[in-house]
Amino acid sequence: MRVTIDDITVDVEEGTTILTAARKIGGKIVPPAMCWYSKLKGSGGKCRTCLVKVAQSSAKDPRPMPKLVASCSTPVQDGMVVQNITSPEVLEARKAIVEFLLINHPLDCPVCDQAGECDLQDLSFLHGMVETRSEEPRREFPAIDIGDKIKLNMNRCILCYRCVFTADQITGKRVHGVLYRGDAPEISTYIQNVIDNDFSGNVIDVCPVGALTDRTFRFKSRVWFLNAMDAHRDCTHCGGKVTAWMYGNEIYRITGRKDKYGEVEEFICNECRFEKKNFSDWIIEGPRKISRESVISANHYEKLIKPSIIHPIEGTTEKQE
Amino acid sequence: MGRALLTENILIPGIRDFDVYRAHGGYVSAEKALKEMTAADVCREVTKSGLRGRGGAGFPTGLKWSFLDRKTERPRYLVCNADESEPGTFKDRYLMEHLPHLLIEGLIISSFALGVRSCYIYVRGEFKYIIGILKRAIDEAYQHNFLGNNILGTGLSLDIFLHPGAGAYICGEETALLESLEGKRGNPRIKPPFPAFKGLYDCPTVVNNVETLAAVVPIIGMGGDAYAAIGVGKSTGTKLISACGNINKPGVYEIDFGLPVEDFIYSEQYCGGIRDGKMLKAVVPGGSSVPVLPAGLMLNTVKGEQRLMTYESMAEGGFETGTMLGSGGFIVFDEDACMVRNTWNFTCFYRHESCGQCSPCREGTAWMEPILKRIELGEGKSKEIDLLVSIAAKIEGNTICPFGDAAAWPVASAIRHFRDEFEFHIDHPEIVKNIEHGSIYKYPVSSIQHPASLR
Repeated sequence: MRVTIDDITVDVEEGTTILTAARKIGGKIVPPAMCWYSKLKGSGGKCRTCLVKVAQSSAKDPRPMPKLVASCSTPVQDGMVVQNITSPEVLEARKAIVEFLLINHPLDCPVCDQAGECDLQDLSFLHGMVETRSEEPRREFPAIDIGDKIKLNMNRCILCYRCVFTADQITGKRVHGVLYRGDAPEISTYIQNVIDNDFSGNVIDVCPVGALTDRTFRFKSRVWFLNAMDAHRDCTHCGGKVTAWMYGNEIYRITGRKDKYGEVEEFICNECRFEKKNFSDWIIEGPRKISRESVISANHYEKLIKPSIIHPIEGTTEKQE
Repeated sequence: MGRALLTENILIPGIRDFDVYRAHGGYVSAEKALKEMTAADVCREVTKSGLRGRGGAGFPTGLKWSFLDRKTERPRYLVCNADESEPGTFKDRYLMEHLPHLLIEGLIISSFALGVRSCYIYVRGEFKYIIGILKRAIDEAYQHNFLGNNILGTGLSLDIFLHPGAGAYICGEETALLESLEGKRGNPRIKPPFPAFKGLYDCPTVVNNVETLAAVVPIIGMGGDAYAAIGVGKSTGTKLISACGNINKPGVYEIDFGLPVEDFIYSEQYCGGIRDGKMLKAVVPGGSSVPVLPAGLMLNTVKGEQRLMTYESMAEGGFETGTMLGSGGFIVFDEDACMVRNTWNFTCFYRHESCGQCSPCREGTAWMEPILKRIELGEGKSKEIDLLVSIAAKIEGNTICPFGDAAAWPVASAIRHFRDEFEFHIDHPEIVKNIEHGSIYKYPVSSIQHPASLR
């Protein structure tokens, strides 16, 4: 199937979503995704940041789709023409979504462990407004400890449901979910049950914001002061392939190996993540290549390639360059 | 009163009982369909009748049925959407309360046409007493072999299951309804896949409104062509309108499509005019989700033609000067109504009922409500009117399900048509704080109207 995204044509298999097709092309034309996660079945469609315009539905039916569609959950048709950054309408909608996501966000980036590797931070840097138009009081929840290793800060949550899907699909025994509805929902374990599972720590990796953070790394360091190293060990629970975040010879934290879209290559177990913090536990392979746009790539392991921009719209691209 | 295809026998005492319903021509259409027609015949009659979904969207029922995946080996399901919770709409409740057997008959015929062996009726949880009525009617139908195995000796089998909702408006959206029916949290699904391919338990499913399924009965009884002869253009047959607000005779009325709005509001047959001889200010013609229109535009389109009770005529003029027929929840406001307060009331509802799944709706509905509250209480600022317009525009079209649109349209249309009222609230905070202030607006004559006959 042949699909054209922002004037670039690519051949993909049937059933591919627009977002996956765009990732095959790569570069600036990839729509951002806050809730969709390729490894989690059923995720996506909720945050609406990946909305794109379908200018031509297919070769057979050249009509445009009446509304913007979520690229993460819309399958491509042969001959489909999609506009992402070449459509002012899409950029306008994305700006609106970022504004919606931020009106209840506490904007506590200075004290947030996710700062520097936060998808919402990157997104608002690219599409956000300079000032807020909302005067309403922000939604507030007390921070909750989910077990002795995970911290849940609901104020920062954007309700992407990724952690719920992870708990459902990776850990096998889900004890947390979404409670309430409307503007009052929260991710919770109801009776603050400990998530008792070897793989529960993965909810930290899938969280696009700082809502779920690692208590063993809490306030230890800013992520951009750490060197990300690929490391491995023989683990009886998981593949044992991780990224070790180091300062000198000290391991500050362990995460899954994330690709440039922030998705882990493999889910890792809690033993690797929380308990093996000694240099001697790991075989260090070498520096991790980080090609994300956020501040952690300032560790200049890889020279960032300046992306080419197709038909830029006036006034929208200076900030990105 | 016009033709009554659905509600003809509704006032007969004891019509809820099987015997009385049967004695007044009940289940004749079901017998006719099962014994004399094929499934394809029934589908053809429904397509010919031009019946459109009565739940609000007005999608042609015959077309919807034709989408159902019939190739698959998996079972097919028919789900009756009885989760009627749109503010201003109470037609399905009336129908189910008085004519439960009409719905069951419609379900039997539709299931036969679609090759369905299990039906579900998803009833709004608040309709507790109706669940009892339906349950009794279903039991009676089982006793008389209109449900169960080998119905009337035709070899057809059908079971109907009742499922009470848990009190969420969003479960009236068909995919949220299916999720809820499966026992999950009632979040709308992301489409595609559509329910016609992957619906209930991942099987092909048709979801129809109560009134749509009930209308199948007269269509089979009188024939699709005769049904299509009623009404105007693509709006065929009759429609139940639940009229409420500042009118003399609130209630559920069955109208032929094509009735002028002016006749509906002012004739003695229907609403009987505005209460206390006041003037008409505005109408929400299809339940709270459709745009509100001022009297002038409600009675006549912007082209100067008389506005009719049809899907097309209501939509005449687009969103600038038109609205939608929606589910037929006809809410009438007289000259003393305060549109700001009313809009705030609607946004409270949408804030409370948003499922919270996708960000524009979750955050947007919760953002508009406090702003409207401030304006209504005389604490608003002038820039907030434009802010509301902007928020509504940003919710609209960007959400998973139509709820976002439904939440945005009432706000956008109220500001479009009654901006002066919003401005009045901001300019005169002392007055709006202290007085029941609906009647003090000075309107241009064009927006408040008496009908031509009373002028």
